[in-house]
Amino acid sequence: MGGGHGSSVDRLHLAGDTIIHRLAPHVKIVATFAFVISVAISPRQRVEVFAVAFACVLTLIMVARIPLRVWLARCAVILPFMTMAVLVPFVGGGEQTEVLGVSLSTDGLWAAFNIAAKALIGASASIVLAATTPVTGLLEGFARLRVPRVLISIVAFMIRYLDLLVAQLGRMRTAMVARAHDPRWLWQAKPIASSAGALFVRSYERGERVHQAMLARGYTGVMPDLVEQSRPRSDWWAAIVVPAPVVAVLVLGLL
Amino acid sequence: MSCAPLSVDGLCFTYPGEHHRALDGFGLQVAAGERVAVLGPNGSGKTTFVMHLNGLHQLQQGAITIGDLEMCDDNLAEIRRRVGAVFQDADDQLFMPSVRADVAFGPANLGVPKAERDAIVERALTQVGAMDLIDRTPHHLSGGEKRRVAIATVLAMDPHMLVLDEPTSGLDPFGRRELADLLVSLPQTQLVVTHDLPFALQICPRSVVVSGGRVVADGPTAEVLADTALLEENRLELPYGFDPSRV
Amino acid sequence: MAAPPAVPGEGIDDMFDSPAIVAMHAPDGFLEPGVAVVTAVIAVVVTAIGLRRATDELGDRQVPLAGLAAAFIFAAQMFNFPVAAGTTGHLLGGALAAILLGPWVGSLIVTVVVVVQAVLFADGGLTALGYNTINMSIVTAFGGWAAFRLLRRVMPANSAGVVGATALAAGISVVLSSAAFSIEWLFGASAPVAFDTVFGAMVGVHALIGIGEGLISALVIAAVLAARPDLVAGAADLDLADLSRPARVGTRTFVIGAFLSSIVVAAVVSQFAVDNPDGLEKVAEDEGFISSARDHALDSSIFADYATSGVDNATVSLAVAGVAGVLITLAVGYGLLGASRLGRRTQGA
Repeated sequence: MGGGHGSSVDRLHLAGDTIIHRLAPHVKIVATFAFVISVAISPRQRVEVFAVAFACVLTLIMVARIPLRVWLARCAVILPFMTMAVLVPFVGGGEQTEVLGVSLSTDGLWAAFNIAAKALIGASASIVLAATTPVTGLLEGFARLRVPRVLISIVAFMIRYLDLLVAQLGRMRTAMVARAHDPRWLWQAKPIASSAGALFVRSYERGERVHQAMLARGYTGVMPDLVEQSRPRSDWWAAIVVPAPVVAVLVLGLL
Repeated sequence: MSCAPLSVDGLCFTYPGEHHRALDGFGLQVAAGERVAVLGPNGSGKTTFVMHLNGLHQLQQGAITIGDLEMCDDNLAEIRRRVGAVFQDADDQLFMPSVRADVAFGPANLGVPKAERDAIVERALTQVGAMDLIDRTPHHLSGGEKRRVAIATVLAMDPHMLVLDEPTSGLDPFGRRELADLLVSLPQTQLVVTHDLPFALQICPRSVVVSGGRVVADGPTAEVLADTALLEENRLELPYGFDPSRV
Repeated sequence: MAAPPAVPGEGIDDMFDSPAIVAMHAPDGFLEPGVAVVTAVIAVVVTAIGLRRATDELGDRQVPLAGLAAAFIFAAQMFNFPVAAGTTGHLLGGALAAILLGPWVGSLIVTVVVVVQAVLFADGGLTALGYNTINMSIVTAFGGWAAFRLLRRVMPANSAGVVGATALAAGISVVLSSAAFSIEWLFGASAPVAFDTVFGAMVGVHALIGIGEGLISALVIAAVLAARPDLVAGAADLDLADLSRPARVGTRTFVIGAFLSSIVVAAVVSQFAVDNPDGLEKVAEDEGFISSARDHALDSSIFADYATSGVDNATVSLAVAGVAGVLITLAVGYGLLGASRLGRRTQGA
């Protein structure tokens, strides 16, 4: 579960004018998916593929001028799985090897590497995408890629009202703490959970009012097309260039 | 930009599942270009009335005419264009990812093509003095900024009438004054539902008092505010030290 | 527009950070590509149908209502609910969403949350979206709804019945989610940890997590029923008279009872986990789903064949192994919590 993004979705995007920032969002989305897929399907013993992929990711991070500490901090989401990966050689079965006097499962070591490498590289690719593309751009990019407009609109509304709801929930919690309610145990969760229920009602009612405001401005049931200027230049080369090194090394190894 | 007269006759309304009438013979005539304050205690039917003006409630009994258009299902789209409603909570009205998109939402629904739409958006934002906010996200704006952008979203539809529900709530004194200047500069017919009596006196020459779902008083604002018995009856009170006759 | 800190010195990030005890958002490559593809196809189909159903049920209100509901689930998921001694857990919300909005719309909005978390926050791999969506959204919403409907039949037809059914159904939904993951692990494991170990540990610990999910969901439903009962799809069959007596949830009793129940569940399930999965694995082998090379037993660990060495009575040792699995996973989980807490504090930079 991600943490720290409770403050604002908008902090994800790091403004910049690098070539990656300027690429069309739908191209970046395709490039990211192609890259992550090619890494995910790579057999774990093809260490060179992961090395190349990691180098690619680091290159992207450099080109996009994402500060390394920001990248590392955002990688914290995969920490639980990295920890899990570390444990696997110790509890895994099958053939065993000796490492520093400790008996570890060979298969487990490979599995740990597999999980760790794919998790890190995959997460980093997502991080680059989110850091170089504003949320509205991502939504428009997915719309270009034929994701149903209704779904895109639902996501847009969710993002729009997320901060508001988080702030409301926070204020409810603050009010409780001010009345010396600071729960430590599950059975003390009643006031917070009841507040969450109240928040649902308020949120739903806000949804109803938003709908009325939409009607008042002529909403017909279909979201109007508010696309900003379409990019005349074709950025599709990026969708090929990004996954190419990984795919190339992967395929070459098969020959 | 134009303005239209409003005619409301014998409006009655009961919310589904309830028994008492939220509107009970509500009648009001407003001349084109007039600015009228709508005063009254909570629960008197003011917000229900505002909803009716945008066709957001089924017309149960009575008639509403805006300009030459009578309120009915066929005219709903045009009525919603002619009446620009600014609701109490600006967050309910700013639901798009950017200010630009929010202001463009109305015209886009009306089928206005992109180039013309961009011009309309800029004009509306300039009118409310919020052009610098055009690329901002709504949830980062201050209360006053949100209020102005909400008004812009409505102005973009070229309305003949504006209905504002508690427009000064949440505004600091400076924001209030900016809003007053803005509303006075707009030519549309305006109905301002408000608890803010000095604000009503400042910008609305005429006031009506609503109570129990109908209009119980109608006259020049200064006179209405001087009628202490009327105010007391309707849970209205002037701010401490405020003397309407000395304004 | 930052919210005020909960206590002086504690920022909003602290109120909302901290991962689930067992992280549910699997990263890329956690399961083999075959499983990733199949689950992705299923997820897309179910989501597409859900979108159609949302249009049918909500009409032109679907965008604002589903959007706000999804925002609510997202916000509720982020919030730390106390579990024990200051440690916190999270709401998954799938069953809750289903009981509030029906299973199709409920799973749709949780899917939206899961996808956004993966794309924007790298919380869950992009290639793992298939199984993450199934486990966290589809199984919890539909499984929770099914359990809820069954329980409603045996519970009284009033508020208390709805709340009670919610508590149990939400708890069950979490267990079902972990079972789904275990089955996916059976077909697409990327590490030599046997299915029965995964199944036993996951189901065991999720039975405990289910207590929190059940209690929180029940309390939320109780609050919604008190204010706007028409917003609870699961109570649509009840009229005002049935709902007039508000349900009172005895939280302490519930937690203690549920805790004991889940210990029993862990002990009992671990019995079956030994017998049947070998059959499942054999079937999978026969059908060519998994290669025999992946049939790994934990010969070297003291939990070999899920029996604790040194304990003679088979049943007791199985139960001990199961419960120990639960406790160890809990300890690992709390350890992870500590490690990840450090990570969380620096995130969002």
